[in-house]
Amino acid sequence: MSVKKIHKEQPETFEFSDKSMEAANKIVSNYPKGKQQSAVMALLYIAQRQNDNWIPLQAMKYIAKFLDMPYIKVYEVATFYSMYNLSPVGKYFFQVCTTTPCMLRGAYDLVKVCKNKISEKENVLSEDGKISWMEVECLGACVNAPMMQVNDDYYEDLNDKKLEEIIETIYQNKIPKSGSYSGRINAEPVNNRKTLLGNKNA
Amino acid sequence: MLKDEDRIFQNLYNDSGADIESSKLRNDWNGTKEILEKGREWIINEVKSSELRGRGGAGFPTGLKWSFAPKEVGSRPHYLVINADESEPGTCKDRDILRFEPHKLIEGCLIASYAVNAHKCYIYIRGEYFNEGQKLQTAIDEAYKNKLIGKNALNSGWDLDIYIHYGAGAYICGEETALLESLEGKKGQPRLKPPFPALIGLYGCPTIINNVETVAAVPTILRRGAKWFSSLGRAKNTGTKIYCISGNVNNPCNVEEEMGVPLKELIETHAGGVVGGWDNLKAVIPGGSSMPMLPKEICDNIKMDFDACVENKTGLGTAGIVVINNDQDIIKCMARIARFYKHESCGQCTPCREGSGWMWRMLERMAAGEATPDEVDMLFDVTKQIEGHTICAFGEGSSWPVQGLIRHFKNEILERNKFDPVVKKNKNIPYLVDQHLLEKENA
Repeated sequence: MSVKKIHKEQPETFEFSDKSMEAANKIVSNYPKGKQQSAVMALLYIAQRQNDNWIPLQAMKYIAKFLDMPYIKVYEVATFYSMYNLSPVGKYFFQVCTTTPCMLRGAYDLVKVCKNKISEKENVLSEDGKISWMEVECLGACVNAPMMQVNDDYYEDLNDKKLEEIIETIYQNKIPKSGSYSGRINAEPVNNRKTLLGNKNA
Repeated sequence: MLKDEDRIFQNLYNDSGADIESSKLRNDWNGTKEILEKGREWIINEVKSSELRGRGGAGFPTGLKWSFAPKEVGSRPHYLVINADESEPGTCKDRDILRFEPHKLIEGCLIASYAVNAHKCYIYIRGEYFNEGQKLQTAIDEAYKNKLIGKNALNSGWDLDIYIHYGAGAYICGEETALLESLEGKKGQPRLKPPFPALIGLYGCPTIINNVETVAAVPTILRRGAKWFSSLGRAKNTGTKIYCISGNVNNPCNVEEEMGVPLKELIETHAGGVVGGWDNLKAVIPGGSSMPMLPKEICDNIKMDFDACVENKTGLGTAGIVVINNDQDIIKCMARIARFYKHESCGQCTPCREGSGWMWRMLERMAAGEATPDEVDMLFDVTKQIEGHTICAFGEGSSWPVQGLIRHFKNEILERNKFDPVVKKNKNIPYLVDQHLLEKENA
């Protein structure tokens, strides 16, 4: 259960754009009639994407009306789950996994780099306002540890040097490539593959 | 080593693509209609006799679970829910199935939903796996387009709709009833059982919940026969399993192997051995972070299946193997796991909400050598107060790793923590209660 702060400066209004509205209606139709509340999680994501990666209170009120449910229920969901950002984050939102499997392979070196290159504290924007970072719990790519997530993409098999390169690339307005940084394919053992070799050579 | 042709997930490393054409070359969707035509009874009996056990951690027999669904559909529709909320530290097998073998999963969904009388299937994917979810959605769209699912799927007369539901970063939603709450648009807080989801689940309707790997294995089992599957491994622990080997090994990887493969063989053959050699091994967490760790002496000989792990006071869990070598501080590793559980407790039951924080703080102090020797027993007592006193199994999941640490490495903790709380001279530590005694002479 994470403690989350609501951002102090809130916009006055929030409305779905046409694109968001279309996506929202499609999601609601996935669930049985009268069970539209199920769509609340997806709608919060849609609001978050539309609003520069964070959710204002007005969006929660809007979604509550949209789904015909009490505002407090939406608020409960938005504050319970850790992936909803309730205050602004960087355009590039670094989430560094530091749970034990990543920690064993040097996740805290990555944290050090983030502290030096982005901002001393978590959830504080870098000087040019582009990047913010935070430590998160297991992201489910343990055999590719240490790893981090930037927005939707996973960056795997990192070390401090490679992370510095990624950050520099972003500062130069380029998007770094996602995936493994040790040159391996997905979750296969590097240079030591003993299985499914027939497929590999096919 | 398992023969390549006996591996279910041929595309585990994405050698040949995840699209429908390549999947069909791997035998996906081959004879699915004929399987459905053999009927519900046959499917459930075949899965039962294959002795397939759930791959999500608890190892419940899948065929038995399916048979709990009511035989006739009453006034309430049935649902099939696939648990792809893979968040157990050390586990990343479902991710590769979603990315590279989505058609095995979709085909499994069709067979499973037919077996349990469900026309709707929800796949609950953790929110961080956004790209994996998109890949699965592409595969679902392909399946609709080829009339493999949807209305009158495969001309079998069975209707099936599959929807993806994204989670939002809550570990607890991998617990089946919390997952249902989350699917209903609420906070993911587990429900009391009974009633079990098979009778009262999603929206109060009968619901069968299966792990991704379980369902994705079913089509191959039915195609090749229960006899083939149960010939692998040993009785009650049959078939193959994807093992995720991470931590201090030379080549961390996912690999599909036979059940009951020796742990040492897995690490040495597939993962390139422990960093610094086998003798540098300190401990192994065999089944994701919530299973108690094993010291090297047990790792030398243990076989990786459900029952062998239970015999050694641990569990196979999700088969996420985390290898820890002597270069690591074992107490610090466990303190980090305790922090994970503190962060992820849903806050519903007091023993877990408060206790997970206690365990974390005590372990942090023990890692720093600031605890008293008595506190080790106190910590063990705390774990016992949590275990079994909560609604869901999170209480066990958070206290077992700490118990494992104390069981096998108590001496190491005691060696580091020699802080004596009895004040012999005025240390000016205001919170120590017997401070006042110092002011009197001969006290």
